[in-house]
Formats: sequence, C-alpha cells, structure tokens
Amino acid sequence: MSPRRLFAIAFKETLQVWRDPRSLAIALLMPLMQMVLLGYGVSLDIRRVPLCIYDQENSQTSRELVTRFVASGWFVTARTLNDERAVRDAMDHGACIGAVTIPVNFSRRLASTGSAAVQTVFDATDANTTSIAIGYAQGVIALATANFESSWAAAHGIQPQTAGGVDLEPRVWFNEGLDSRNFIIPGVVAVILGLVGAQLSSLTISREWERGTMEQLISTPVTALEVMIGKLVPYFVIGLFDATFCLCATAFWFQVPFRGSLGTLLATTALFTLVVLGIGYLVSVRIRSQLGASQIALMLTMLPIALLSGYTFPIDQMPGPIQAVTLVVYARYYVTILRALFLKGSTIGDLTVPILALVLYAVAIIWIAARAFRKRLG
Amino acid sequence: MTDTAQAVVADGLTKKFGAFTAVDRLDLSIAKGEVVGFIGPNGAGKSTTIRMLCGLLAPSAGAATVAGFDVGREPEAVREHIGYMSQKFSLYGDLTVRENLRFFAGLYLVPRSDLAARMQVAVTMAGLEGRENALVRTLAGGWKQRLALGCAILHRPPVLFLDEPTSGVEPEARRRFWDLIHRLASEGVTILVSTHYMDEAEYCNRIALIDAGKLVAVGSPGELRRRELGGVLYELDCSALGAALAALHEARDVIDAAIFGDKLHVLLRQAEAAATLQPLLAQQGIVAGPPRRIAPSLEDVFVQLVTRPHVAEASA
Repeated sequence: MSPRRLFAIAFKETLQVWRDPRSLAIALLMPLMQMVLLGYGVSLDIRRVPLCIYDQENSQTSRELVTRFVASGWFVTARTLNDERAVRDAMDHGACIGAVTIPVNFSRRLASTGSAAVQTVFDATDANTTSIAIGYAQGVIALATANFESSWAAAHGIQPQTAGGVDLEPRVWFNEGLDSRNFIIPGVVAVILGLVGAQLSSLTISREWERGTMEQLISTPVTALEVMIGKLVPYFVIGLFDATFCLCATAFWFQVPFRGSLGTLLATTALFTLVVLGIGYLVSVRIRSQLGASQIALMLTMLPIALLSGYTFPIDQMPGPIQAVTLVVYARYYVTILRALFLKGSTIGDLTVPILALVLYAVAIIWIAARAFRKRLG
Repeated sequence: MTDTAQAVVADGLTKKFGAFTAVDRLDLSIAKGEVVGFIGPNGAGKSTTIRMLCGLLAPSAGAATVAGFDVGREPEAVREHIGYMSQKFSLYGDLTVRENLRFFAGLYLVPRSDLAARMQVAVTMAGLEGRENALVRTLAGGWKQRLALGCAILHRPPVLFLDEPTSGVEPEARRRFWDLIHRLASEGVTILVSTHYMDEAEYCNRIALIDAGKLVAVGSPGELRRRELGGVLYELDCSALGAALAALHEARDVIDAAIFGDKLHVLLRQAEAAATLQPLLAQQGIVAGPPRRIAPSLEDVFVQLVTRPHVAEASA
C-alpha cells in the first residue's frame, strides 16, 4: 500500500466531487433539506386537531367548555355549526376530525345534578390519529369535569370528595414531554448518513466505468485496495461532516437533549458511515452505470433504514418474523445507539450489543468490498 | 524472465468469450525498440490481444510475457513496465491537464524530484504549454490523444501499447502523433500500436496483420508487399465496377480482384494475362481502359490476405 497512490486517488476523487454539481448537492444540500423535511415534517404527535363545535346551548358554561378544548393546545375550532346535518357535512368534507355537540340543557343539568353529557364524534379513517385525539379529548373533559364538580360542590355547600382511592401518578422517563420529535430526530441522522454515504460511494466506481476511465486506471500498478481506500476517504470525511451537522441540528436546533458520551457518539457514527460507504462501494463495483448503482444503493439503504430500523416504526410492535428480519438491518443498531445516547445517556457498557453488531457489520462489509473489485475487464 | 532481446512474446495466446473465439492461438514476438503496427478490421481481435498483453484480460489459453513478466501470473509487474492508451479516450475530462498528469504520476510513483521535469516534457510533447489549467474535456481530439500518450509515458515504461490512438483524429494531428511514436522508439521504447489506417502501417518497422482472431502475416511493409501477394498487380479503369468485379472473379488467370476507390485492382497469375482483361470485360458489355501494372500497397496485401472487400472500403 503506497500512501502516495492513496493520496493521488483521494485527491482526484475530491476534485471530481467538487466539480460535479450532482455529487456536491448530495453531499451538502441533501442533509440540510432532509433535516428540515424530516425534522419538521415527521411527527407522531397530534396537535391542533380541527374540531367542529355544535353548541346548542351557547351559555357561559358551554362556552367555557369549548374554550378548554382550544386552550389545551391539542384542538382548534375549525367551524362553529348550528345543526346536526352541518356536523355530518363538515366531517364528510374533511373540514374537521372531531365534532363536539353540547346539548341544549347542558348548564341546567350541570347545575341541578352536578353532571351533564357532551357528545363527541370522531372521524376514525386514520385510526391512530383518532385514538390519540380521543385520548386528548377525554383529558380535556376530565379536567373540566373536576373543575365543574368542585364548583358545584362548593355551590351546594358540600366538601369535595377527598377520601380514599388509589391515585395513579404516572411519570415518564427519558422523554419527559412525551415528545415524539425527541424519539424520531436522533434517527434522522441515520437516514441522512445512509442516503448521502451510499449515494456518493455508489457513484465512485460506476462513474469510472461509465466514462471509460476505468480501463486506464486499472492498467496502472495501483492496487484494488488502494483504489477502494483512496476513493472512500473523501466520502468518509464528507459523511462525518454531514453527520456532525445533523447531530448539531438535532441537539441545538431541535433541542433534543443529549445525555450520553460524545466519544461514543462519534465512534459509532464513524462505524455506521463505514458500513453505508462499504455498501455503496460494493454496489458501485457490481453495477457499471451510475444511475443503476445509485438506484440500487437507494434501495439497500433508504428502505431498510426508513422502515426496519425502528426509526419511525417501533421494532417491538412489528410482527415476529419482521422483527427477526430487523436483526440484519444494520441501521437498527445505530438508531438504537443514537436514541440511547441522546435520551437515556447510556454508557458504552449499556450499548455493548449494538456497538459490537455495528463493528461486525463494518468489518464484514469492508472485507467483502475490498475483495469485490478486480483489476480486470469483463 | 525469458528471452531478454524480446520485449513482447505471445505464445499461442487465445481468448474466448463463450463460444466466440476473439483471439485464436496468436504467436508474436516484438524485439526491443521495435514499432509494430497491429492491423486488422474492427472486431479482428486487436484490442482483445492488447488487453491481454496489458494484463487487463486473462488469456483463455496460451501465455505471453511483456518486458520479461508473465501477463497471467505477474500482471502487476507487467503494469509497472508498460504504458497503455485504450481505444476510448480515458483521461478525466473534469480534471485539468496538470491534474491528470499529476494523478497518473502519483499512481506510477514517479520520483518527486523528477516530477516537475517529466510533467513539463509531457505538456510540451502534447503541445499544451500555457493550457496546463484547462479542463481536459475542453481540448480537441489531437491534443487529448497526445496528452493521453504523455500520461502513459510519465513513468518511462520500456513497452507501450497504443490501441487505435489516432482514430477520430484529423490527419495533421495523426502525423504529429506518429512523429512522437518514432521519437519514443528512437529512445529504445518498444511500441505495439493498433490502427485501421493502412497508410499508418507504412510508418512501422513491422506489421502484424490480424483477421478474425488469427494472425495472418507478420513482416516489414516491404517484405509483406514482396512476399505475400504471389502474383502481379494491375490497376484498371472501367465503367461498371460491380459487374466487372464479378466477371473477373470468374476468370482463370485472376487470383483476386477488388475495388479501390473508383478503380479495380486485379491480381494476375502472370503478366501475360493482362492483355486478356479488356476483351474479357468487353464480352460482358463493360468498357475498360488498358490495365496498368502497379506496385502493390499494403492495402492490396491485406485485401489479398483476408479477401474481405469491406476492409478495403474501411481504409479507403
């Protein structure tokens, strides 16, 4: 292995990336775009659910209930309606996901008996969203009920019930705000690295074949290993640069708390970068057109990372066989590590298994890639 | 190491692609400092042979040594001792002249102390002084070819393989390129250069004619003209070339006949038969001028050897 040849290849590759607008866009713009799109676009939280309000009574109490829905932050008033048919229409046209109907005798019954019924209707086309929205609605009503009850009790000279019962005081750890963004954004780094790393490296050998420069290159005494390392070094640097950008955006812009060790984060990020570069390079060796290589690299990285890494869809909720499949999805280990480092502040000791899995993957992929490229035609 | 006087020795070199035999038991030896022209139609096996000699394709059978190294067993040693220009232009278009030279100098581990001087030689040779920082894709064909040659000789290889280096280059640039080849040969470099331009064959010390994967003849241009024809050559002006060709192929004293431009070349068993040509054609209603005896060109030799009309057309 000659350092001079490594440098010659790495330098040439850098010049080519620098002068190729497409590669440059992938290297520099893609992470920014993805970070914005995935960071802002992907959220499992439901906020500002559009509600239609059909307040038959329109009293001070009923309006107070409506205000509670909006003030909770989960709901907004999409429309205020005046009859049953309009509620149906609004739902049909997707103007709202839920409707709250307050009956005409609401405040009277509340005043006389201390309890009154309110009807909520939800569009369950998207069952997931709706069940969460129903949960929020129940929360709003429960709070309102407690409030009404205590004021009713006070008005009737009765002590509010304080005796007995078990109180459940749930406390959540690691993601105290139950903010799904904290759960998702660390994984975005894996998505972006997979995309950028494999895309760039998938072009590196196929570009030489496509442009006819490969024949000249392999007629020189350069070794296959020198070609691989020399070509991957610039992309490794770009990958780490992009990763640093994304990690900083995660911690400082999206304010996801970071509780782990920076060293572990960097080391595992470097390992993951090696894996995706190796995959892209392997594809590039096999497919001699740039377009074909980048398509296949996309399939081998984006699909498993987006669907099977646990980045958005929790692995432990997948069917058994699919869970088994995720064991070979290299990204799941990195996503696990990222999440643990950001939210839990886990140590290397806690993360032995996923780190070893990544090491194993990196070694295997690089070993296969190093043997895949032969200095022969045909 | 084998015979030290020979820079290239091919012994029964064969390449098969599936059922197709691209190169068939080719024997060839090239002495040090020789310029050998590799001539043949497209698809004859020129590129495949050169690629095997460069260690880029593994031979299916047979063996070859280049600069004393076996191409099958020691391809890396072969690569250190050769310069290669592939048929398709294969420098980096998105790199400048200087960057390309520096890249290949790096791959060939050209001594740093000598780097600037050798790059300057290559730039001068290519006639690219003052354009060192131009992107290579902006250069015209002739300059690209000369720069590719410059990149291929940065490490001063004793053997050069040039695969159709002048295809698609204008005549003036072709001539300049051949001047460079001869200058390198005078410095002791052994050169195997393939071409399908017959006129370029005359510039070579020896010629190897290849057709359909088989080596048809090897010799100096003069030797080939004398030895290979086996008859007397006449040139004929006539009206209907196609009909005349058919009639002549039937004639007893005609070994071969071929169209060269707007004339016919007719190879006769003996000179006396020349007088019979005009009456023979007249019988078919073809008007022909008097036959003129001519010295055979290499093209005549090649047509005679491979008896394929399209070869003559390709080089006309």
